[in-house]
Parts: sequence; C-alpha cells; structure tokens
Amino acid sequence: MNRWEEKPLLKLEHLTMRFGGLVAVNDLSFSAGEGDITALIGPNGAGKTTVFNCITGFYKPTEGRIALRHGEAKVWDELDAATARPDRRMVRAGAGLYLLERMPDFEVSAHAKVARTFQNIRLFSGMTVLENLLVAQHNALMTASGFTVLGLLGLPAYRKAEKASIEKAKYWLDRIDLMDRADDPAGDLPYGAQRRLEIARAMCTEPVLLCLDEPAAGLNPRESADLNALLLGIREKDGTSILLIEHDMSVVMEISDHVVVLDYGTKISDGKPDFVRNDPKVIAAYLGVSDEEVEAVEAEVLS
Amino acid sequence: MANETQTGGRSVDIGHAAKDALLAGLIALGLFGVFIGLQTVQDISNRLVLKVRPEALAVIVGIIVVGRFLLNVFVWGREPSHKAAVASPSGGLLGMFKRLCFLVGVVVTLVAVVDIGFRLAGGALPNMPISPPGTMGLGSIILIEAVAALFGVVLIAFGQNMTERAAALLGPAGIGFLAAFPIIAILGAGWGGSLKWIDNFGIQILIYVMLGWGLNIVVGLAGLLDLGYVAFYAVGAYSYALLAKEFGLSFWILLPLAGILSAFWGIILGFPVLRLRGDYLAIVTLAFGEIIRMVLVNWVDFSGGYAGISGIPRPTLFGIPFNATDEGFAARFGLEFSPIYRTIFLYYLILCLALLTAFVTVRMRRMPVGRAWEALREDEIACRSLGINTTNTKLTAFALGAMFGGFAGSFFSARQGFISPESFTFIESAQILAIVVLGGMGSLYGVVIAAVVLVGGFEIMRELDFLKQIFGNDFDPALYRGLIFGASMVVIMLWKPRGLISTRTPTAFLKERKTVSGDLVKEGHG
Ligand SMILES: Nc1ncnc2c1ncn2[C@@H]1O[C@H](COP(=O)(O)OP(=O)(O)OP(=O)(O)O)[C@@H](O)[C@H]1O
Ligand SMILES: [Mg+2]
Repeated sequence: MNRWEEKPLLKLEHLTMRFGGLVAVNDLSFSAGEGDITALIGPNGAGKTTVFNCITGFYKPTEGRIALRHGEAKVWDELDAATARPDRRMVRAGAGLYLLERMPDFEVSAHAKVARTFQNIRLFSGMTVLENLLVAQHNALMTASGFTVLGLLGLPAYRKAEKASIEKAKYWLDRIDLMDRADDPAGDLPYGAQRRLEIARAMCTEPVLLCLDEPAAGLNPRESADLNALLLGIREKDGTSILLIEHDMSVVMEISDHVVVLDYGTKISDGKPDFVRNDPKVIAAYLGVSDEEVEAVEAEVLS
Repeated sequence: MANETQTGGRSVDIGHAAKDALLAGLIALGLFGVFIGLQTVQDISNRLVLKVRPEALAVIVGIIVVGRFLLNVFVWGREPSHKAAVASPSGGLLGMFKRLCFLVGVVVTLVAVVDIGFRLAGGALPNMPISPPGTMGLGSIILIEAVAALFGVVLIAFGQNMTERAAALLGPAGIGFLAAFPIIAILGAGWGGSLKWIDNFGIQILIYVMLGWGLNIVVGLAGLLDLGYVAFYAVGAYSYALLAKEFGLSFWILLPLAGILSAFWGIILGFPVLRLRGDYLAIVTLAFGEIIRMVLVNWVDFSGGYAGISGIPRPTLFGIPFNATDEGFAARFGLEFSPIYRTIFLYYLILCLALLTAFVTVRMRRMPVGRAWEALREDEIACRSLGINTTNTKLTAFALGAMFGGFAGSFFSARQGFISPESFTFIESAQILAIVVLGGMGSLYGVVIAAVVLVGGFEIMRELDFLKQIFGNDFDPALYRGLIFGASMVVIMLWKPRGLISTRTPTAFLKERKTVSGDLVKEGHG
C-alpha cells in the first residue's frame, strides 16, 4: 500500500473552487502522505495555484473539505465527528485535526503549521536576509516577548528567545548557503538565492507541511540540482512533508514520491512517478496533443 | 570603481558652465526686468509713475548667474560621481548632511560675496541678515563678511569630508543642541526676545516633530496611509481640556489618560477600516478626521462648538503653577516673575514627550511587532503566509500612533489654554503627513529635518523683512508662505522622490549593519 493511503497527512475531499462561471478546481480529491514529497502538476491554468490557495486559507473553497493531521494517524477516525462540530480544529493530547477550509490564512500557518512559498517570489525586499528569517519567527517571539511588554522592558527571557531566533536564522542561512549575505537586503539577492531564501523563511515557521509553488522556475540546472538536495534534506532532517507544484519534470521525477496531475481543474492521474509518467492521459493532456500523436511524443518525454 | 576613476579624470568644463550661466542671466533679465526692475508708485498728485530699480534687478540676476555657475561647476558638472554617492550607503543621513552643508555654505558665501561687491561699489544690500548694523566702518563690515564667506567655504569642505563615524554622532549632538536651545536663545536674543524663538520655533517645531514621529509609526513603518491623523490630536486635546475643566484633574494624570483615549479611538476606527487598502483606507481615515471635527463643531453642549474651550488649566511643575502669585514658580524660587519660565518648562516638556516617542519607536522596531509592521509594509500577503495576524498588527500600529497623537494633543491644549475645532482641520493632517513623506518614510531624522524646514520655514517667512527692500514695501512675505511651502514640496519630491532620507537601517545584523537603499524599500499599499 502507498504511504499516502496508509499514513496521510493532508486529505482533500471533493474540493471545488468556482470564480463566477469559471470552475478552477472541479471535485478534486487526493491525499498527501506523511514524509512524502508530493508533486502537483498540470498544464498552465490547470488550477494548481488555486488548490494551494485553498489549502493555505487564501481562498475559501466553494465546496469540499481539507483536513490536516498532527500527531498519531489514528486521529483520522475522528474526522467526521470533528467536521460535525463548528470548530476549526480538534486538538487532544498527542494529536490534532485541522479543518483548513474553515481557517483564515494566517491561522493555517500559525496553528495548522502549513507554510508556503509563492509563484512570484514574495520576500520582504527592503529588509535584510536575516530580518526576513526573523519575521518568520514572529509568533514564537511574540509569545516570548510577552506581547511586546516584557520585550520592551528588556527582560532576560526575551533576550534569550531573541538569541535563539538568531541562531535558528543562522542555521537556515547555512543550509541555503547564504551566510555571507545575511546583512544584505533580500531584494539585492540573485533570483536563485531569493527562491532559496523564501523556502528557508517558510521553514522558520516550523511547518509540518511545506507547500512550494514552482520552486525551480527560472533556475539554471545547477541551482535546480541544489534545490533538489535542499528539498530532500528538509524531508530527511526536519521531518517536514512537502507538497510542490512544478513544471520542471526533472525535478518532479527525481525527488517526488507521489504525483497528482490536474487538467482543467480535474484530477486525471494520481500515483507513483513511474505510473504517472506512463499514463497516456497525462501525456495527452500535458502536451496538449491528440491521442494519435501520443505514441510519437512518448519517446521524447521518457528521454 | 570604474565610475570613480572616470569622474576623477574628468575635468569640469568651465567655459561651458560660464556660457550656460550667462544665458540663464539673460533669461532672468528678460523675466524679471519688468517684474522687479520696474515699479509703479503713486506720486503726490496720485498719478502712477514708473520707478526704475536697477539695483534690485542686478541683485536677482547676479544671484542667478553666480548660482547657476556654481551649480554647473560643483553639482551638475559631477553628475556621475554624484550618482555613485547616492547609490552607495551614504545616501542616508550622511548624504543628507553633506548636501545640507553644501547648500548652506553656498548660500552664505554667495550672499557675503555679493554684499561685499555692493559695498565696494558704494551701495549695500539693505538689511542683509548677515550684514551688521550701519554704525560700523566699511572696512570692518567687509572683514566680517569675508569671514562669513570663508565660513561658508569651510562648511562646504567639512560637509564633503564628513565620515560615517562622525555622522553617527549627529543624533546625540542634535539632542544636546535641543536641550541647550533655550539657553542659546536667551543668550542670543535676551530675555524678551528669546520668548519668540523658544515658543514659535522651539515648541512649535517640536510639536510637529512629535506628531510626525507618531504618524511615522502608522505611515512610515506599517505603510498604512492615514489622512485623518489630526483626529487623534483633537481627541487628546479635548480630552485634556474637558477633563481638566470638569474634574480639575492635573495635567500629569490627564496626559496618559488622553493618550489612552486616543489609542482607544484609534482601535475603534481601526477595526472596521483596516481591512481596506490603499486609496480606500486613505479616504475613510480622511472622513474619520472630518467626522471628529464636525462632532466638535456641532455638539455645542459638549465641546463649545466653534467657540471652542477657553481657560484650560495650565500644566504645573508637580503642583507649582507658573503664575505671578506667591505660590507661583518665580516666587517660590525667589525669582522675578516672567512668562519665560513657563515657556521654558513647556519647551522641555514637549522635548521629553517627543524623545519618548522616538525612544519607543526605536525600541519597537526591534520588537517582533515592529518587525511585523515593516514586513506588512513590504508584503502583506507574505506576512499572512507566515502566520502573522495582520489585523492585530495593523491595530497596534494604529493605536500606538494615535496614542502619541493624543499626548501631543493634550500638550497642545495645555500650552494654548484655548482650543477650537479650527486647530484640527484637514490641512493639519496634510501638513503632518507632508512632514513624514518629505522626511523619508520611516526615518526619524528625516522627520526632524522636514519639520524644521516646513514649520520653521513657515515661521521664518514672517521674519524676512529684507525681502521688502527687494520686492517693494507692498510685498508681505507671510502672504506667500503657502505658495513657497507648496513649491518647495514639489521641488523636494522631484529631487528626492523617496523623501530626504530614504535609506532604511536594519533592525538586526550578524556582522555589520548595512543600510538598505530606498529603492528596495516598499511604501506599503494601504
Ligand atoms: N482570483 C481569481 N479570480 C478569478 N479567476 C481566477 C482567480 N485565480 C485563478 N483564477 C483562474 O483559475 C484558473 C486556474 O488558475 P491557477 O492560477 O490556479 O492555474 P495554475 O495551474 O497555477 O497555472 P500556472 O501553471 O500558469 O501557474 C485560471 O483560469 C485562472 O484564470
Ligand atoms: Mg500557478
């Protein structure tokens, strides 16, 4: 049995998102496994970013349920009971269920621990690289600073927390190889470094699920390889599961454990990379060709 | 590097500069020949006759020719190296200071040299601010002016050679100067004359500095465009006036209370409004400012309407009033009664309040909320993706800004002794916003410089009587204040679209604190 069926971390069920007459996501169901790298692929305009926006609370889905689990897998049995209640989350010792479609965007990150990056990089460009990583630790530092009051008084507890936050920022600067540029404004970094910084910033919120919207877009082959290593490292060392949108097939096929394919908002394929890559429906949709031509281009895709 | 060697080797084309300056002089002659060179006056039989004023015309044209020449040689001629300086981190306070030295130096030198020329030719620039009274001999006057010209040149040189290290001392030096200002004013202008300087300049400017710093939290740091800031100033002022008159509470109790009430109103306004962005937020805050004013105008039982509130109790020095009675400050300390003691007390009071605002702002920027404000200005969506509750974050900025507005308001009503809705019109909000924007959003130093230029400049227009000698007796400089105010704002915005000090100082660093160029810093979107 596949891990996403055995130990799902995130479950989307019958997700539909309409913009006026346009159905951007149509009755989509899939799950992402704990410890998996799950790729969401599809042609331009397929609705991938819209799915991300629904998961992270930026859009409220027209229909459907998006649930995330913390802790032991048994808690899934209580999903229907949790849904029946009006609450946004159900937390008990050692486990929790979060109904993401009910939560506003900042709570998805703060409580459900889902972090994301954006298709068009959204760094705080006028702040330094270090500051970007400190802002990401806002909620932890806010508590430590006694909602600013204790911090203003300069109590040692806050100073310790601040030091710890800088240590954590340094740890991530080291991981993304930007230690030398810590004090430079984020807007001054080259494109590839900005992508890595955005990932590190998301990781500073200590997420259980990291959603990356086209992280390899615009990277050269070497940067792309570095990115693969970084993502695999995040899964190994930090135990964070990853959900990523990607057009670059080399990245998808190399690092993902599970691939979901969308076309016009509908799921057309779902499985291991090898299965998806050989699915004629995917090849047809992805390349926008008729079935007769599929054979001809198949060879090209496989190479 | 390449840029520098290029400009180093580049010689300034003096011939071209001179030709350009002469051309400018010719144009000025044509333009001002009629406006300034000719004046119509009524003679004894009430007929209009033309009076020719070649001296005045010559002064203006001379200033334009020499000024253009100097600008050609020293500023425009070095365009590339000038640009390089802007791109480097010294574009901040240091760069600002250098330019200021240059400007002041050029003006002082120019005026002195022109005046010396006139005196040698037999005339004199009437009432020149730096030329001493006419009882002195020509020789000593020229000597003094030569020294002034030299001072101007030294100032230019000093400004150009200023280092980043020395610039770091500007803050403490500035606070020291402010603390010593009343003493300097008394030494310079005497007991009677100093009152005007401490009150009209010192206190007035400091009120606007404080308001600018308060609004800076909202507009400069959090990037929320607030066009109704004066509403909080009004809430503070009326809170103090009404509570002090009704309940006889002391200034020291009402000062924090007025701040809390203003902050409370900030939150009340903030809740419905802060989900709006950009132009919508600006319009709603503007409307809120007007609503508060209209309530004050129309609810006569409560606020006295247009007539306002008079006889507001004055602040005391921990219970010692500043009056002529036996209990008063002067009598207690065995001094002769003079209104100046209260003015000096008020000066130090507003100085402390303003410094408190600055201190809190500096500390808050290093707190998580402060960083979140700035992050909000940079990118609100990204903030939310990091789990920051943007509504609460905006509310804290709004409330804190409003609180300082309230402090300033209660000080204002305690100082004036009389308030009316006239003092809290939209133009007041606009002026405070202009100070923040001209100063460079987010910069504390920028706000001070802009407040000195705008408020001080406004006041100093009253003093420029010598302009009458140039433009004729009917010329009242005070009438042109609005025009010059507006024009100088346009000029500054063209010259430095991001404000006088556009660089941002980071709130944390690992190895060295590098300032962030203004081009990268966002202005917020609402
Ligand atoms: N806020 C919105 N309002 C209206 N329509 C929208 C909105 N967001 C997305 N859409 C539409 O939904 C469809 C799916 O868009 P989406 O951005 O999710 O595609 P995508 O798969 O991410 O494409 P790409 O690969 O180009 O990023 C598009 O037709 C888009 O125009
Ligand atoms: Mg997309």
